[in-house]
Amino acid sequence: MTYITRLFVVMLMVILPFNSSSFANDETPSDFVATLSGLTSSNFKTRTQAIDKLAQSKDKRLAMVINALLNSQLHYRKSDKLIAVLSEKNSKEYAVAVLTGEKLEVIKSSEWKKVIISNSLRTTLRDSLAMIELNDEDADVRKTAVAQVLSQIDVGQLAFLQKRFELEQDDEVKAQLNIAISTLLLKKNEGDTLSLIAKVKDSVNPSVRQVLAEVIENAKDPEIKQLATKTLAKIDQRVSRYAKIETLFFGLSLGSVLVLAAIGLAITFGVMGVINMAHGELIMLGAYTTYVVQLWLPNLIEYSVLIAIPLAFIVSGSVGILIERGIIRFLYGRPLETLLATFGVSLVLQQLVRTIFSPLNRAVETPSWMSGVWQINDALALTLNRLYIIAFALIVFSILLFILKKTTLGLKVRAVSQNRAMARSMGVKANWVDAMTFGLGSGIAGVAGVALSQLTNVGPNLGQAYIIDSFMVVVFGGVGNLWGTLVAGLSLGITNKLLEPWAGAVLAKILVLIFIILFIQKRPNGLFPQKGRAAT
Amino acid sequence: MFLKKILKDDRGGQVFLTILLVVSILVPLSNLLVPEGSTFHLSTYTVTLLGKYLTYALLAIAVDLVWGILGILSLGHGAFFALGGYAMGMYLMRQIGDRGVYGNPELPDFMVFLNWSELPWFWQGFDQFWFAAVMVVLIPGLLAFVFGWLAFRSRVTGVYLSIMTQALTYALMLAFFRNELGFGGNNGLTDFKDILGFSLQSDATRVGLFIASAVALAFGYLSCRAIVQSKLGRVAIAVRDSEDRLRFIGYRVENVKLWIFTFSAILAGIAGALYVPQVAIINPGEFSPLLSIEMVIWVAIGGRSTLYGAVIGAILVNFSKTYFTGAFPEIWLYALGGLFIFATMFLPRGVAGLFKKNEAAQA
Amino acid sequence: MSLKRKLLTSLVSVGVLMASSAYAADDTIKVGVLHSLSGTMAISETTLKDTVLMLIEEQNKKGGLLGKKLEPVVVDPASNWPLFAEKAKELVDKEKVAAVFGCWTSVSRKSVLPVFEESNSILFYPVQYEGEESSKNVFYTGAAPNQQAIPAVDYLMNNSGVKRWVLAGTDYVYPRTTNKILEAYLKSKGVAAEDIMINYTPFGHSDWQSIVSDIKKFGSKGKKTAVVSTINGDANVPFYKELGNQGISAEDIPVIAFSVGEEELSGMDTKPLVGHLAAWNYFMSIDADANSKFITEWHKFTKDDKRVTNDPMEATYIGFNMWVKAVEKAGTTDPTAVQDAIIGISVPNLTGGYAAMMPNHHITKPVIIGEIQDDGQFGTVWETSGLVAGDAWSDYLEGSKDIISDWRAPLSCGSYNVKTAKCSGQNF
Repeated sequence: MTYITRLFVVMLMVILPFNSSSFANDETPSDFVATLSGLTSSNFKTRTQAIDKLAQSKDKRLAMVINALLNSQLHYRKSDKLIAVLSEKNSKEYAVAVLTGEKLEVIKSSEWKKVIISNSLRTTLRDSLAMIELNDEDADVRKTAVAQVLSQIDVGQLAFLQKRFELEQDDEVKAQLNIAISTLLLKKNEGDTLSLIAKVKDSVNPSVRQVLAEVIENAKDPEIKQLATKTLAKIDQRVSRYAKIETLFFGLSLGSVLVLAAIGLAITFGVMGVINMAHGELIMLGAYTTYVVQLWLPNLIEYSVLIAIPLAFIVSGSVGILIERGIIRFLYGRPLETLLATFGVSLVLQQLVRTIFSPLNRAVETPSWMSGVWQINDALALTLNRLYIIAFALIVFSILLFILKKTTLGLKVRAVSQNRAMARSMGVKANWVDAMTFGLGSGIAGVAGVALSQLTNVGPNLGQAYIIDSFMVVVFGGVGNLWGTLVAGLSLGITNKLLEPWAGAVLAKILVLIFIILFIQKRPNGLFPQKGRAAT
Repeated sequence: MFLKKILKDDRGGQVFLTILLVVSILVPLSNLLVPEGSTFHLSTYTVTLLGKYLTYALLAIAVDLVWGILGILSLGHGAFFALGGYAMGMYLMRQIGDRGVYGNPELPDFMVFLNWSELPWFWQGFDQFWFAAVMVVLIPGLLAFVFGWLAFRSRVTGVYLSIMTQALTYALMLAFFRNELGFGGNNGLTDFKDILGFSLQSDATRVGLFIASAVALAFGYLSCRAIVQSKLGRVAIAVRDSEDRLRFIGYRVENVKLWIFTFSAILAGIAGALYVPQVAIINPGEFSPLLSIEMVIWVAIGGRSTLYGAVIGAILVNFSKTYFTGAFPEIWLYALGGLFIFATMFLPRGVAGLFKKNEAAQA
Repeated sequence: MSLKRKLLTSLVSVGVLMASSAYAADDTIKVGVLHSLSGTMAISETTLKDTVLMLIEEQNKKGGLLGKKLEPVVVDPASNWPLFAEKAKELVDKEKVAAVFGCWTSVSRKSVLPVFEESNSILFYPVQYEGEESSKNVFYTGAAPNQQAIPAVDYLMNNSGVKRWVLAGTDYVYPRTTNKILEAYLKSKGVAAEDIMINYTPFGHSDWQSIVSDIKKFGSKGKKTAVVSTINGDANVPFYKELGNQGISAEDIPVIAFSVGEEELSGMDTKPLVGHLAAWNYFMSIDADANSKFITEWHKFTKDDKRVTNDPMEATYIGFNMWVKAVEKAGTTDPTAVQDAIIGISVPNLTGGYAAMMPNHHITKPVIIGEIQDDGQFGTVWETSGLVAGDAWSDYLEGSKDIISDWRAPLSCGSYNVKTAKCSGQNF
């Protein structure tokens, strides 16, 4: 139960008399009981009426009821229609009866049924919430409240806003209030239109644009019309600039997903020359690892992703090593045959997941610190989990680069991939290096799976969705070149997103594929071809 | 005489063609003449199934020609197969005439549904069988020619080429999924009624299609064999084994590759055209890159570069698929996946390699 | 030539094997189950296979049918459309099943249709679909567009005051038809063309950033906006995740989906989705005795009391019971007799009412709208007062508004044009 909702309920009790004209003063406790019993009706119309009526009650227990409703905790017992608030404590469910306050232990949750409320009711509640929050102690809360009022363009709230404006101490909130008040005044066509337009000219809020458009339509004075048109054009210009930034961000984010999916392949395919068709399934295993972590540690959802990263690396990495030791090592020197065998492995892994986890998709929760947006201004907001994934892709890339360029293992990997015989004669255990390299690439695929579990389905088909794109990225970037994979992934992502607005999602993808085909004609070894002996 | 020359030193081919001949005589007989209920009666279901396998076998030969003989691993042969299929599907679609659910004499049902008022230009002419037949050859051939011309001239080789062919079929799949393109979108072309005036539902037509597939397979095999025997074929094998050396000697490697690649695409197109009337549907799923990979696996399992090995592989894999999906619906993917792994690891020369060993022992 | 002979015998024996293994024991009735157990559609279809198996098991406990035991024949068409046709043929011709329960996607149904029509056998199709079809051999127990889409839009228009509409779907025939019907319907209700945004995405689309951002912009024009989603299966999870990420809640822009049920929700984190809607003919949360009994049995059958039930399962349940009743009425499993007997048959559905088979091979259903709850269930917020009969040919589409379907004699036609008085598109 958050602080805000608790506060809200208290406030609601205070302001309700002013909001509802039909407020009944002669309510008796038995009325409350009667209204409450309406909640247990299986007919939603009766239920809605009961809730409407309830909202006008001033019974002491109302706070608890509404709180529980908003948090979907209000239940009734099927047998005797006893209404209670269900909550969990020490992984045991408890019910507190609303009318008596009696505390019961819930033996079987199937005996209880939840009281369902609808969207429209939730909306009214939240709108009222904004009005209350305008007087909140926290300036940030006040700011979002102003934004909520502005987004609704409800001129009825004008007086309330103006009163708040007089009291407001915080400069930022004051500026926001100023814009909101000016917009509402413009909407009402009150005050000096010219100076009001000047006041809102720096805002990119969609409500401001909408009201300006109305002003242009209704204005009789040519001067007003001209100024409004000019202001709107300027705002539109800024908005479209932000839209371009947003598109770029979308492109980067798609690109980082491609890089993540492909970078493990850049090792197994690029460095070792193994065409690993089971790569997608290794990604899938990583995603399932996240699911299992959340299943086992339900109390640590917030950290589940962080816990899953090393685990997924280990799981996919060891499966990779198994594949390498069990199958691929017999096929070195026959790269195309690795394709066939690993295709078989991918079928088996898919079916294995179906057998173990069922063919259904599995729900992976997003930790709260990863959800939400970074609101830069009214026209531009970047989603947090995408930001994290971009950062994560870059970190994985740097670590991989570090391993390959700066560690002994990396040195050996490069040595074996460049000249196996020579490396062996220098005392490198080529077999061991092969297994480690393949394990590394596979482990990275697993790590990518953890990231993807935050964006897409965790199901048996997860791998297939990414395998072809991954190959495209590696080939486009130049086989055996990590930097190539990074540049290729990001540029393909951005190209795709730049094309999407005018070509649509499908055509954009087709165009990108055609582009890759033609590009390879021009540079048959990708963006960054390998030089020297390793090229052959 | 010609046959004798082509099949010289090709024991496998001789055996294969004999079997094909026997089967294509026995199957129609046992379907049409032997009464139902007899142990030797073959149901139309089986005939169609065998016919489908034969078209797959032809496709596998096409794949083997470029992979086994020329050394290009094409992961996009499904594209040529599907294009041939679509050309045939368009003809079959036009044959429906006003028997569609909306009763429009000119437009296929899906166009009526999309509110199109007239037939798009690229559908013109497909009401004629000869035109469709030409297109079955021309469209895959042309696509392969253009793609090959670009790719071979700029010396795209190895894995890069494989992935490019994959990109090609992937792009086509996405394109054909679009309803706006005018090929029925995801549902593709279906609800066919008849071919050349014969009802597709009748047993005789099914048998006819089976025989046509067998003839096409024999023709395809012989022509590939003829290519292998010719000078072109020997150069092709040289390309496979050492492309650079051949280039240095002065051969126009790209021309050799281009012609064989195009011919192989045409064979795949013909296979697709025979496949569609037998399964009664063609849709963008046939362009799926995974199917193209599977085709390569047929060849690998059967035995690369023997041509008849491709036939064995295609029939073996598809028969196991038919059998497994019916017998062990829950676990058949383990069996199929296991088969792929087993075959690559323990049968590097495929099933055909086993026979070869056998022959050597006998000799 | 010993090798050749060996090959020949093996080939012949394979053929004989395929041809002869068909003959079944006479004391059972075979029932075909044609649902993908692998490939992309396994996610949805495996559940339906289990449902049919459960129903058969129960029927056998009740003493079978016509004194014989039912025997399920399960095959895996592996989400491959031509393979669907092949497997259907195997079930019908080789296994000689009395009826088949199967298919999910429209294309799979289209692919097997000729098989069933050719051999005059019976298919029960349990999924909501686009309509525009009525075959003598297929019984459509899922919803037609008028049993799902139009009531849903009505609800949003009347109860939530929605003025602007985003019709988002996967690019295939079901969303296209539904959106065409809805577009015509909305325009007939006075919605301006610029207040409707239509968007199609490919199967399995996973990057929704641009589209969700467009929806957000479209919804910020001061009028209440809603998304009508016909997005299919796999693409839904990333779509809803992106909605949540970009901070679009159900109160801002509600999404009403026609392809998202309890099964799909079980693969999502539903906490950010509370309040988004779905329109179906059944919800697991519905309070009815038949439903709780069904759920209990399902949990017992799957040995998993967390397994959810969904609308296509109810459609399978209805279809199976209708078939059983029709066979009992006809006294035989002969397809022609069953086709005649089944029209007009009425069986209990799981929401406390009855479903009747109409002459157009579609059934009557209630339409229920629910909001997603945080426990992955739907809470009912609205439902039709009576039952709605499925309409095979939509009244809102140019090509089909004059077409009717009636499989009773004397018309016996699936697409009869009342204007031209012609019956077209029949294969016999």
